[in-house]
Amino acid sequence: MNHSGHVEYTATGMPNRKLAIWLFLASECMFFGALIATYLIYQGQSLVGPYPEDLFDIPLTTVSTFILLMSSLAMVLAVAAAQKEDLKQTRLWLAVTALMGLTFLGFQAYEYNHFIHAGLTLSVNLFGSTFYVMTGFHGAHVAIGVIWLSSLFAHTFRPVDPKRRALDIEIAGLYWHFVDIVWIVIFTVVYLLGVGG
Amino acid sequence: MAQHKASESPHVSTSTYLKVGLVLAVLTALEVAVVYVESLKGIVAFLLLLIGILKFALVAMYFMHLKFDTPVYSRFFMVGLVLALACMLAVMAIMHSDRAATLLLSS
Repeated sequence: MNHSGHVEYTATGMPNRKLAIWLFLASECMFFGALIATYLIYQGQSLVGPYPEDLFDIPLTTVSTFILLMSSLAMVLAVAAAQKEDLKQTRLWLAVTALMGLTFLGFQAYEYNHFIHAGLTLSVNLFGSTFYVMTGFHGAHVAIGVIWLSSLFAHTFRPVDPKRRALDIEIAGLYWHFVDIVWIVIFTVVYLLGVGG
Repeated sequence: MAQHKASESPHVSTSTYLKVGLVLAVLTALEVAVVYVESLKGIVAFLLLLIGILKFALVAMYFMHLKFDTPVYSRFFMVGLVLALACMLAVMAIMHSDRAATLLLSS
Protein backbone atom coordinates (compact mmCIF):
# COMPACT_ATOMS: atom_id res chain seq x y z
CA MET A 1 0.00 0.00 0.00
CA ASN A 2 1.31 3.46 -0.83
CA HIS A 3 0.74 6.29 1.64
CA SER A 4 1.69 9.91 1.31
CA GLY A 5 5.40 10.79 1.62
CA HIS A 6 6.47 7.93 -0.71
CA VAL A 7 6.66 5.39 2.12
CA GLU A 8 5.41 1.89 1.30
CA TYR A 9 3.77 -0.15 4.06
CA THR A 10 3.36 -3.92 3.75
CA ALA A 11 2.40 -6.81 6.03
CA THR A 12 5.91 -8.32 5.80
CA GLY A 13 7.99 -5.15 5.98
CA MET A 14 9.30 -5.98 2.50
CA PRO A 15 8.07 -4.52 -0.80
CA ASN A 16 5.43 -6.96 -2.07
CA ARG A 17 6.58 -6.73 -5.69
CA LYS A 18 10.19 -7.48 -4.72
CA LEU A 19 9.03 -10.49 -2.71
CA ALA A 20 6.99 -11.62 -5.71
CA ILE A 21 9.92 -11.37 -8.16
CA TRP A 22 12.09 -13.48 -5.82
CA LEU A 23 9.34 -16.13 -5.70
CA PHE A 24 9.11 -15.98 -9.49
CA LEU A 25 12.90 -16.37 -9.82
CA ALA A 26 12.80 -19.38 -7.46
CA SER A 27 10.25 -20.99 -9.82
CA GLU A 28 12.43 -20.07 -12.79
CA CYS A 29 15.28 -22.08 -11.21
CA MET A 30 13.03 -25.15 -11.56
CA PHE A 31 12.16 -24.24 -15.14
CA PHE A 32 15.74 -23.85 -16.35
CA GLY A 33 16.88 -26.74 -14.13
CA ALA A 34 14.48 -29.01 -16.06
CA LEU A 35 15.78 -27.76 -19.43
CA ILE A 36 19.46 -28.14 -18.46
CA ALA A 37 18.83 -31.60 -16.94
CA THR A 38 17.10 -32.71 -20.15
CA TYR A 39 20.08 -31.51 -22.19
CA LEU A 40 22.51 -33.38 -19.91
CA ILE A 41 20.44 -36.59 -19.92
CA TYR A 42 20.50 -36.75 -23.72
CA GLN A 43 24.09 -35.53 -24.07
CA GLY A 44 26.04 -37.95 -26.25
CA GLN A 45 22.87 -39.91 -27.16
CA SER A 46 22.42 -38.50 -30.68
CA LEU A 47 22.60 -41.25 -33.30
CA VAL A 48 23.32 -38.86 -36.19
CA GLY A 49 25.29 -35.61 -36.43
CA PRO A 50 26.02 -32.82 -36.29
CA TYR A 51 27.46 -33.10 -32.78
CA PRO A 52 28.34 -30.28 -30.32
CA GLU A 53 32.11 -30.61 -30.88
CA ASP A 54 31.55 -30.06 -34.65
CA LEU A 55 29.62 -26.83 -34.11
CA PHE A 56 30.53 -24.98 -30.91
CA ASP A 57 32.66 -21.89 -31.50
CA ILE A 58 34.00 -21.18 -28.00
CA PRO A 59 35.76 -17.85 -28.81
CA LEU A 60 32.53 -16.47 -30.35
CA THR A 61 30.35 -17.64 -27.44
CA THR A 62 32.92 -16.25 -24.99
CA VAL A 63 32.44 -12.79 -26.53
CA SER A 64 28.63 -13.01 -26.22
CA THR A 65 28.97 -14.33 -22.65
CA PHE A 66 31.26 -11.42 -21.79
CA ILE A 67 28.71 -8.96 -23.24
CA LEU A 68 25.88 -10.46 -21.17
CA LEU A 69 28.05 -10.39 -18.01
CA MET A 70 28.94 -6.75 -18.59
CA SER A 71 25.25 -5.96 -19.21
CA SER A 72 24.68 -7.12 -15.62
CA LEU A 73 27.25 -4.57 -14.49
CA ALA A 74 25.48 -1.86 -16.54
CA MET A 75 22.15 -2.96 -15.00
CA VAL A 76 23.41 -2.68 -11.44
CA LEU A 77 24.79 0.80 -12.26
CA ALA A 78 21.31 1.75 -13.57
CA VAL A 79 19.76 0.53 -10.29
CA ALA A 80 22.35 2.50 -8.26
CA ALA A 81 21.71 5.64 -10.33
CA ALA A 82 17.92 5.27 -9.90
CA GLN A 83 18.36 4.90 -6.12
CA LYS A 84 20.46 8.10 -6.12
CA GLU A 85 17.67 9.72 -8.22
CA ASP A 86 20.19 10.53 -10.96
CA LEU A 87 17.89 10.41 -14.00
CA LYS A 88 20.58 10.99 -16.66
CA GLN A 89 22.76 8.13 -15.43
CA THR A 90 19.69 5.91 -15.02
CA ARG A 91 18.73 6.47 -18.67
CA LEU A 92 22.31 5.94 -19.86
CA TRP A 93 22.81 2.61 -18.06
CA LEU A 94 19.32 1.33 -18.90
CA ALA A 95 20.04 2.03 -22.59
CA VAL A 96 23.49 0.39 -22.38
CA THR A 97 22.00 -2.72 -20.72
CA ALA A 98 19.24 -3.03 -23.33
CA LEU A 99 21.75 -2.57 -26.18
CA MET A 100 24.05 -5.21 -24.72
CA GLY A 101 21.06 -7.55 -24.44
CA LEU A 102 20.23 -6.90 -28.09
CA THR A 103 23.87 -7.58 -29.04
CA PHE A 104 23.71 -10.90 -27.17
CA LEU A 105 20.54 -11.79 -29.12
CA GLY A 106 22.36 -10.85 -32.36
CA PHE A 107 25.15 -13.31 -31.47
CA GLN A 108 22.53 -15.98 -30.74
CA ALA A 109 20.81 -15.37 -34.09
CA TYR A 110 24.19 -15.63 -35.85
CA GLU A 111 24.97 -18.87 -34.00
CA TYR A 112 21.56 -20.39 -34.83
CA ASN A 113 21.97 -19.42 -38.49
CA HIS A 114 25.41 -21.07 -38.59
CA PHE A 115 24.12 -24.22 -36.86
CA ILE A 116 21.10 -24.55 -39.17
CA HIS A 117 23.34 -24.20 -42.23
CA ALA A 118 25.54 -26.94 -40.76
CA GLY A 119 22.47 -29.22 -40.61
CA LEU A 120 21.46 -28.87 -36.96
CA THR A 121 17.69 -28.39 -36.85
CA LEU A 122 15.22 -28.81 -34.00
CA SER A 123 14.33 -32.33 -35.11
CA VAL A 124 17.53 -33.72 -36.65
CA ASN A 125 18.82 -35.31 -33.43
CA LEU A 126 18.57 -35.20 -29.62
CA PHE A 127 21.33 -32.59 -29.40
CA GLY A 128 19.41 -30.24 -31.74
CA SER A 129 16.12 -30.67 -29.86
CA THR A 130 17.51 -30.15 -26.36
CA PHE A 131 19.99 -27.42 -27.35
CA TYR A 132 17.48 -25.24 -29.24
CA VAL A 133 14.75 -25.62 -26.59
CA MET A 134 17.12 -24.72 -23.73
CA THR A 135 18.96 -21.81 -25.40
CA GLY A 136 15.77 -20.68 -27.18
CA PHE A 137 13.93 -20.26 -23.89
CA HIS A 138 16.93 -18.39 -22.50
CA GLY A 139 16.99 -16.14 -25.57
CA ALA A 140 13.24 -15.50 -25.12
CA HIS A 141 13.94 -14.42 -21.54
CA VAL A 142 16.66 -12.03 -22.77
CA ALA A 143 14.24 -10.63 -25.38
CA ILE A 144 11.56 -10.07 -22.70
CA GLY A 145 14.24 -8.38 -20.57
CA VAL A 146 15.19 -6.05 -23.43
CA ILE A 147 11.51 -5.08 -23.94
CA TRP A 148 11.11 -4.55 -20.17
CA LEU A 149 14.25 -2.36 -19.99
CA SER A 150 13.18 -0.36 -23.05
CA SER A 151 9.79 0.34 -21.49
CA LEU A 152 11.51 1.43 -18.25
CA PHE A 153 13.77 3.72 -20.31
CA ALA A 154 10.72 5.30 -21.95
CA HIS A 155 9.09 5.54 -18.52
CA THR A 156 11.96 7.72 -17.23
CA PHE A 157 10.55 10.56 -19.38
CA ARG A 158 7.32 10.54 -17.37
CA PRO A 159 7.00 12.20 -13.97
CA VAL A 160 7.02 9.30 -11.48
CA ASP A 161 7.83 9.10 -7.76
CA PRO A 162 11.66 8.49 -7.77
CA LYS A 163 11.44 5.81 -5.05
CA ARG A 164 8.81 3.91 -7.01
CA ARG A 165 10.92 4.23 -10.16
CA ALA A 166 13.98 2.91 -8.29
CA LEU A 167 11.99 -0.14 -7.13
CA ASP A 168 10.65 -0.72 -10.68
CA ILE A 169 14.21 -0.69 -12.04
CA GLU A 170 15.53 -2.85 -9.17
CA ILE A 171 12.87 -5.51 -9.89
CA ALA A 172 13.72 -5.52 -13.61
CA GLY A 173 17.39 -5.71 -12.58
CA LEU A 174 16.79 -8.84 -10.48
CA TYR A 175 15.19 -10.50 -13.52
CA TRP A 176 18.07 -9.40 -15.75
CA HIS A 177 20.74 -10.71 -13.35
CA PHE A 178 18.87 -14.01 -13.12
CA VAL A 179 18.92 -14.34 -16.92
CA ASP A 180 22.66 -13.65 -16.70
CA ILE A 181 23.33 -16.35 -14.07
CA VAL A 182 21.33 -18.88 -16.09
CA TRP A 183 23.68 -18.14 -19.00
CA ILE A 184 26.71 -18.56 -16.67
CA VAL A 185 25.45 -22.12 -16.01
CA ILE A 186 24.64 -22.84 -19.68
CA PHE A 187 28.01 -21.50 -20.87
CA THR A 188 29.92 -23.59 -18.32
CA VAL A 189 27.91 -26.82 -18.43
CA VAL A 190 26.89 -26.92 -22.10
CA TYR A 191 29.63 -25.13 -24.03
CA LEU A 192 32.84 -25.43 -21.99
CA LEU A 193 32.21 -28.84 -20.40
CA GLY A 194 30.80 -30.04 -23.74
CA VAL A 195 34.05 -29.22 -25.50
CA GLY A 196 36.69 -29.60 -22.79
CA GLY A 197 35.06 -31.70 -20.05
CA MET B 1 -3.00 -7.45 9.55
CA ALA B 2 -0.41 -4.98 10.90
CA GLN B 3 1.38 -2.93 8.28
CA HIS B 4 5.15 -2.31 8.44
CA LYS B 5 7.25 0.20 6.58
CA ALA B 6 8.84 -1.60 3.63
CA SER B 7 12.61 -1.86 4.01
CA GLU B 8 14.83 0.31 1.80
CA SER B 9 17.03 -1.35 -0.81
CA PRO B 10 20.72 -1.50 0.15
CA HIS B 11 23.13 1.05 -1.30
CA VAL B 12 26.45 -0.37 -2.48
CA SER B 13 29.31 1.79 -3.78
CA THR B 14 29.96 2.01 -7.53
CA SER B 15 33.59 0.94 -6.99
CA THR B 16 32.37 -2.34 -5.45
CA TYR B 17 30.25 -3.03 -8.54
CA LEU B 18 33.18 -2.22 -10.85
CA LYS B 19 35.50 -4.52 -8.88
CA VAL B 20 32.96 -7.36 -9.08
CA GLY B 21 32.55 -6.73 -12.82
CA LEU B 22 36.33 -6.91 -13.26
CA VAL B 23 36.55 -10.16 -11.26
CA LEU B 24 33.73 -11.64 -13.39
CA ALA B 25 35.57 -10.70 -16.60
CA VAL B 26 38.83 -12.24 -15.32
CA LEU B 27 37.02 -15.42 -14.20
CA THR B 28 35.40 -15.77 -17.64
CA ALA B 29 38.80 -15.45 -19.34
CA LEU B 30 40.25 -18.00 -16.89
CA GLU B 31 37.32 -20.35 -17.49
CA VAL B 32 37.92 -20.37 -21.25
CA ALA B 33 41.71 -20.62 -20.82
CA VAL B 34 41.56 -23.81 -18.70
CA VAL B 35 39.71 -25.60 -21.53
CA TYR B 36 42.74 -25.15 -23.81
CA VAL B 37 45.49 -26.05 -21.28
CA GLU B 38 46.52 -29.66 -22.00
CA SER B 39 48.10 -30.25 -18.57
CA LEU B 40 44.77 -29.46 -16.83
CA LYS B 41 42.73 -32.05 -18.80
CA GLY B 42 42.30 -34.27 -15.73
CA ILE B 43 40.78 -31.57 -13.54
CA VAL B 44 39.17 -29.32 -16.17
CA ALA B 45 35.58 -30.31 -15.22
CA PHE B 46 36.27 -29.58 -11.54
CA LEU B 47 37.89 -26.22 -12.36
CA LEU B 48 35.07 -25.18 -14.71
CA LEU B 49 32.38 -26.03 -12.15
CA LEU B 50 34.32 -24.19 -9.42
CA ILE B 51 34.71 -21.03 -11.54
CA GLY B 52 31.06 -21.27 -12.68
CA ILE B 53 29.83 -21.49 -9.08
CA LEU B 54 32.06 -18.55 -8.11
CA LYS B 55 30.64 -16.38 -10.94
CA PHE B 56 27.08 -17.42 -10.05
CA ALA B 57 27.66 -16.51 -6.39
CA LEU B 58 29.26 -13.14 -7.20
CA VAL B 59 26.32 -12.04 -9.39
CA ALA B 60 23.75 -13.29 -6.85
CA MET B 61 25.47 -11.77 -3.81
CA TYR B 62 26.63 -8.41 -5.18
CA PHE B 63 24.53 -7.56 -8.26
CA MET B 64 21.31 -9.09 -6.89
CA HIS B 65 22.16 -7.70 -3.41
CA LEU B 66 21.59 -11.00 -1.59
CA LYS B 67 24.68 -10.25 0.55
CA PHE B 68 23.20 -6.96 1.74
CA ASP B 69 19.42 -7.46 1.56
CA THR B 70 17.11 -9.14 4.06
CA PRO B 71 17.87 -12.91 4.31
CA VAL B 72 14.24 -13.75 3.38
CA TYR B 73 15.05 -13.20 -0.32
CA SER B 74 18.10 -15.49 -0.06
CA ARG B 75 15.96 -18.20 1.54
CA PHE B 76 13.33 -17.95 -1.21
CA PHE B 77 16.00 -18.18 -3.89
CA MET B 78 17.84 -21.04 -2.15
CA VAL B 79 14.62 -23.05 -1.86
CA GLY B 80 14.11 -22.78 -5.64
CA LEU B 81 17.76 -23.50 -6.34
CA VAL B 82 17.99 -26.54 -4.03
CA LEU B 83 14.69 -27.96 -5.34
CA ALA B 84 15.88 -27.49 -8.93
CA LEU B 85 19.25 -29.15 -8.22
CA ALA B 86 17.58 -32.03 -6.34
CA CYS B 87 15.10 -32.61 -9.21
CA MET B 88 17.93 -32.44 -11.77
CA LEU B 89 20.03 -34.99 -9.89
CA ALA B 90 17.03 -37.29 -9.27
CA VAL B 91 15.91 -37.26 -12.91
CA MET B 92 19.46 -37.77 -14.17
CA ALA B 93 19.99 -40.68 -11.74
CA ILE B 94 16.70 -42.31 -12.79
CA MET B 95 17.44 -41.91 -16.50
CA HIS B 96 21.00 -43.18 -16.01
CA SER B 97 19.89 -46.31 -14.13
CA ASP B 98 17.09 -46.88 -16.66
CA ARG B 99 19.61 -46.67 -19.52
CA ALA B 100 22.01 -49.00 -17.69
CA ALA B 101 19.18 -51.51 -17.12
CA THR B 102 18.19 -51.36 -20.80
CA LEU B 103 21.80 -52.01 -21.85
CA LEU B 104 22.06 -54.89 -19.37
CA LEU B 105 18.85 -56.51 -20.64
CA SER B 106 19.85 -56.14 -24.29
CA SER B 107 23.32 -57.69 -23.72
